[in-house]
Amino acid sequence: MTPRRRRMVTIGLLIAGMALATGLILQAFEQNVMYFYSPADIAAGKAPPDRDFRIGGMVVDGSVKRDPESLAVTFVLTDYQHETTVQYTGILPDLFREGQGIVAHGRLDTSGRFTAREVLAKHDENYMPPEVADSLKKAPPGATP
Amino acid sequence: MIKTLHKYASPMHFHAVARAWSAPLLWLAAALFLAGLVGGLVLAPADYQQGESFRIIYVHVPSAWLSMFAYLVMAGAGATSLIWRVKLMDAIARAAAPLGASFTALALATGSLWGKPMWGTWWVWDARLTSELLLLLLYLGYMALQSAIDDRRAAARAGAVLAVVGVVNIPIIHYSVEWWSTLHQPATITRLGAPAMATSMLIPLLLMALAFQLLFFALLFIRVRSELLEFEQRASWVREILRQARSR
Repeated sequence: MTPRRRRMVTIGLLIAGMALATGLILQAFEQNVMYFYSPADIAAGKAPPDRDFRIGGMVVDGSVKRDPESLAVTFVLTDYQHETTVQYTGILPDLFREGQGIVAHGRLDTSGRFTAREVLAKHDENYMPPEVADSLKKAPPGATP
Repeated sequence: MIKTLHKYASPMHFHAVARAWSAPLLWLAAALFLAGLVGGLVLAPADYQQGESFRIIYVHVPSAWLSMFAYLVMAGAGATSLIWRVKLMDAIARAAAPLGASFTALALATGSLWGKPMWGTWWVWDARLTSELLLLLLYLGYMALQSAIDDRRAAARAGAVLAVVGVVNIPIIHYSVEWWSTLHQPATITRLGAPAMATSMLIPLLLMALAFQLLFFALLFIRVRSELLEFEQRASWVREILRQARSR
């Protein structure tokens, strides 16, 4: 093997080794790398019962109930398999609306309700003008591009 | 083929090419910036959900792409220099680092400004944001290493090893939004299938991305030139350039 060839192999091995090590570390810490749990995870008992964690999902249409006297609000989150009721007191982000993905940080009580300390809105990767979004909504199901 | 490669990789030849190309590239980038900014800030419609705030995408996404591209240039040049011992590649790697760091900082800053109105927070420790921050730290570590080691050859070699090892982070940044649940949304453009963006919004974004790309190469050439002049200060071609500059 020429020295050049040897250096090439060394660098290849270096990158492969780093990739393997990083992969194993990320695998081991997967619970920590995951930013949030879904309602299905909670139903399956994967979420920690006695400490704070984040839950992510879609706000169910018609589930948002605001207390007229205070900033308290409850809503239902879904991942289209399971649902979790969330209660929160505070100001919601602008993008919060029914049908929108959100992430809430807080903890689960014994009755299975989630009490949030913080609510963040998640937005999707689609960008379009309002007119296009309107016409997509009016189109019959299945006719989407 | 090898002969042409050798010619282009010679510091003297590359210096001449870089000198000829940096100004036209800058002008072209400026024209594309103008077109992209008018298209993105004036002509493109507001987003159906995010309203006018989505327009920060025209700076955020190109700088995020460039932050990764500059790293690939730096790591690629580093690996080439380690294997084939090409002086030019040391200069390219050294020149790319501060540029990449700047684009990374810009991506993080604009992302933070975007996050506050849309998500409701300046910063979260999700996989995408954290791996991008790690990228900034890799750049800063590389730059610190370069200034900590006095011997240029040794500094270039140590830096190249760091750059090559850190390249593992690049696929992590890109796929973080698919592998893990993150607050950051998945890719809009660089995904299988058509981009999930209206054409009137997409075209300015691509113009801006091209403008950033050309700006990167223009600045890289300028920086590589000064690196080469310093590297090769004892070479006859550098003395010749200096003599010409003085007599002008």
